[in-house]
Amino acid sequence: MSISATLSTKFSQEVTDLKEANGQLWGYVDKRAVKKVCAYLKNDCGFNILMDLTCVDYLHWEEKADRFEIVYNLYSMKANERIFLRARVSEDDAVIDSVDSVWPAANWLEREVWDMFGIRFTGHPGLKRILMYEEFQGHALRKDYNYSKRQPLIGPKN
Amino acid sequence: MGQIAAAGPQAPSVNLDKLDFMTTTLDAAIGWSRKFSIFQYPFITACCGMEYMATACSHYDVDRFGAGFPRFSPRQADVLFVVGTISHKMAPILKQVYDQMCDPKWVVAFGVCTCTGGFYDNYATVQGIDTIIPVDIYIPGCPPRPENVLDGLMKLQEKIQKQGLRSTQPSAETPA
Amino acid sequence: MGKPLPADYNTTETRSMLLNIGPSHPAMHGVIRIIAELDGETVTNIDTEIGYLHRAFEKSCEQGQYNVALPYSDRLNYVSPLISNVGYCLSVERLLGIDTTDRCKYIRVIMCEISRITDHLTCVGASSMELGAFTVFLYMIKAREWFWELVESVTGARLTISYARVGGLKADLPADFAEKTLHAIAETRKVLKEVEGLLNSNRIFYDRMKDTGVISKEDALSYGITGPFLRSTGVDLDVRRYAPSLVYDRLNFDIPVGEHGDNLDRYYVRMEEMQQSMRIIEQALRDIPAGEVTVDLAGQSVKAYQMVDDAKMGLTRGMKQVAVVADPTLEGSSGAQHANVYSANKLVALPKKEDTYGNIEGLMNHFKLVMHGHGIRPVKGEAYVPVEGANGELGFFVVSDGTDKPYRVRVRPPCFAIMSALHKCLVGDQVADIIPTFGSVNMIAGELDR
Repeated sequence: MSISATLSTKFSQEVTDLKEANGQLWGYVDKRAVKKVCAYLKNDCGFNILMDLTCVDYLHWEEKADRFEIVYNLYSMKANERIFLRARVSEDDAVIDSVDSVWPAANWLEREVWDMFGIRFTGHPGLKRILMYEEFQGHALRKDYNYSKRQPLIGPKN
Repeated sequence: MGQIAAAGPQAPSVNLDKLDFMTTTLDAAIGWSRKFSIFQYPFITACCGMEYMATACSHYDVDRFGAGFPRFSPRQADVLFVVGTISHKMAPILKQVYDQMCDPKWVVAFGVCTCTGGFYDNYATVQGIDTIIPVDIYIPGCPPRPENVLDGLMKLQEKIQKQGLRSTQPSAETPA
Repeated sequence: MGKPLPADYNTTETRSMLLNIGPSHPAMHGVIRIIAELDGETVTNIDTEIGYLHRAFEKSCEQGQYNVALPYSDRLNYVSPLISNVGYCLSVERLLGIDTTDRCKYIRVIMCEISRITDHLTCVGASSMELGAFTVFLYMIKAREWFWELVESVTGARLTISYARVGGLKADLPADFAEKTLHAIAETRKVLKEVEGLLNSNRIFYDRMKDTGVISKEDALSYGITGPFLRSTGVDLDVRRYAPSLVYDRLNFDIPVGEHGDNLDRYYVRMEEMQQSMRIIEQALRDIPAGEVTVDLAGQSVKAYQMVDDAKMGLTRGMKQVAVVADPTLEGSSGAQHANVYSANKLVALPKKEDTYGNIEGLMNHFKLVMHGHGIRPVKGEAYVPVEGANGELGFFVVSDGTDKPYRVRVRPPCFAIMSALHKCLVGDQVADIIPTFGSVNMIAGELDR
């Protein structure tokens, strides 16, 4: 059974809009079920590598109800398959479950999403900034953060 | 040594074999000895480091200028090569390294990111290290070619020669 | 000083010691900070702090048009910039749904492999230097210089090259490229042989590399490690094999794998990968076809009635650029003008410089492509194409909102995953093993911190 069929039967409520594009499978996952679905994909479907975990800020997109989408880029070595799962996260409730316990690779990637987009991951062992310094105010990759708004630690405030 | 004594258009030729002593100014002698024994501290952060490596290795051979021996302790170095983009997270460290160096000391801004920030005009990067520490020589380029670096190094040598005994630091007594 | 110890002070108390290495440390390749917790000489824990070279790559890409992001992508992995260049272009091309010409693909393969060789040369050279083998470093940089001269003859720059373009390349190869490359390869083979002679049976090198920095296959996979680092543990995962983009499926090459996942195996894997890359270049130079390096100018075409129907529905966007397959009755006397109607694909690739400077059509085409609000406008959507970077899977996740600027560009940096697993390699080793292990990661700060 293909992975798309498996997912849509097992998680008919949680996983939606599965579509194939360019040999890659794209789909949405309910953010409350992220950990469950990821653990299933890893343990029972062989998606053993979390290639990437990132976020997109859809602030200016009218068709998107929720501002953020977390993108999970999973790869299965055995089947040579790739799946992109996306979870919608709203601005008011910018919290999602951490998948650090499923793939340790998520540890730093989630820290980066917290640093750049300000999304909290519940269950993360040490959610602190990774690329910017602790004194930095705001989250740089959000669309409403000004591109050249500098917050120097020393030197002139240019 | 003969070159210093014999400087100037009407200088007589000097027979070095019979030379027991020579006269020069202390400024010139100190400058001369300093400029050919540059102990550099490579503060390498980014892409320019690759060109720095190329300059230091056998193709371009920075050793010809007496600058071939990098010291990785700021207290033993007298020229700080700032090579590569300095982010705001890195800026306090650069300042600290500079402060730890003993006088006389010089700073070379290697690459356009250290000169002005280059095309990284964004929230993360320092817009030129001269906003943090004084700079003696700017070597632009993204990254500068090794030839360009050697040119900058020779300019620095000229500057060191001219400077002589004067301190590199603006002292409290002298007005800015 | 002067203050007496309390009477109950236990002078034999043992505590672990925190050793801070970096961010400005010669072995930390620039900008990284490792805080090692030591019990005597043994490392008990490692905390890594990154971000000292964060230059806002992802935010910068959102500011300009699609091609404007290319110079930023050079500076991600600045030891193998061509791979990042090509990777970004492949993602945008996937977004646009276009395919490049065969010649372009071959050139991209050749340049990517040259970049991979320079990357491995630098990595092996620098990490040997840190173990005291300075001669190796000088030899490796000498060989790298030959390849950089080649790169310069093709792209005009040694390091930050900006050679690829969406839909093609900046320019074709120079005339004597093949001979020069083959010569550089022959010379580099000699250098590698010399280096193997210096290192492979060198007691100091062997002892410091063997069984240090070991990582298990399972750990490596769970941390998302790819590239030579993963292959040293015995997993033959290579993007060039499992998702071949460009023309990698037409070329013969082997994927070297290690066995133990230690520093020595990573050294062997890198040395062998250079040999395989040279093999790929030789084959590609042999097979490379003639032709254009930007997308096919004949492009797609539509039927005349379809064009009329679309126009009635108001779907006129981009219509001027579409070639019309007209009926003979509609052909009229202006058939000669058809060559000047641009195809949809040409809407993507910049015209040749000779055309831009030489005729008004080329100039207008160029102008349309670089003007704000015009240019390349992929449909709304997202694409991710992986390529094999020098350190592992490198992929650009590009989101388009239908305008001429990328809405979001995310790069999957290969050494980010390796650095996040550094404690797995080092805990239990000696403090001196930090240096060769960190060297074998080939951490490139531009790519790690972006």
